[in-house]
Amino acid sequence: MIRNSPPRLFVALALLIPAPAVADSLLPPAEYAYTQLPDPEQEEKALALMETLRCLVCQGQSIADSDAEMAGDMRALVRQRIAAGEEPDAIRAWLIERYGNWVSYAPPLEPVTWPLWAAPILLLAAGLWLARGRFRRRKR
Amino acid sequence: MKRLILWVPLVVFLVFLVTVAVGLYAPSDRKIQSQMVGKSVPAFSLPPMLPDRPGLDSADYATGEPRIVNVFASWCVPCIAEAPQLEAIAERGIPIDAVAVRDRPQDVAEFLRRWGDPYARIGSDANSRVQIALGASGVPETFIVDGDGIIRYYHFGPINPLDVPDVVAAYEALK
Repeated sequence: MIRNSPPRLFVALALLIPAPAVADSLLPPAEYAYTQLPDPEQEEKALALMETLRCLVCQGQSIADSDAEMAGDMRALVRQRIAAGEEPDAIRAWLIERYGNWVSYAPPLEPVTWPLWAAPILLLAAGLWLARGRFRRRKR
Repeated sequence: MKRLILWVPLVVFLVFLVTVAVGLYAPSDRKIQSQMVGKSVPAFSLPPMLPDRPGLDSADYATGEPRIVNVFASWCVPCIAEAPQLEAIAERGIPIDAVAVRDRPQDVAEFLRRWGDPYARIGSDANSRVQIALGASGVPETFIVDGDGIIRYYHFGPINPLDVPDVVAAYEALK
């Protein structure tokens, strides 16, 4: 063992102190990160879009749900662009151009995603087929 | 036929088991990489972060000279690990510009004093607007823009000592 290394107990105790996994900046949240747009119609549009955009640093949440700084900045971006009259689909396309389809919770119909779209139809068909067998048996 | 159907639930269960096992042993890659390689630098204009050097403007990138753009922040720990590599690259005479994400001048000055200062220009990206426009999902991320203003190289995460030759070669290839 190396001499002068910290005692094991100390290392074990140090590991117990929780360290923040994601560093945050010291700047306040962006304008419109936590503020709704004054126009309720525009806010509704913005919220509908934010609920279908994925947070890039938290990954399991939409940017509407996440408290991550970057999600706040993305909400501000969405709200300001909606306020400027941009269409939600254009903002989504702009983000997909930068981050790929991953950023959107609305997957497009592509060869890669067709199983995703076909699965419900296939499962429904399988269910109907099974049910059909049931009904036939009952008739006897 | 009926005999065969009896096996279906077992087969479905085994498929489920294999899917879960594969997912457990080889988790999918969660890095969200920028899709901007091959595209023009998005239009932006960032104010200077420090009084001693200019900010960043997308117009600076179609001047015939390739430049490195490093997205960083003083509050970002991997950026500290990356700092010596950036200095080594800058020492070769390669210009490196910085997008300082959500940062304050005093913090950036302190960061450069402690960990080295490779930057020719530093733009203040107070609400991550340029970070998002570049398709960067975190800090640090690095881009090389060619003399026509087109992004040609992208590095996700900190540049490690082993990455330096790649970055330098990619830059030299664009000259």
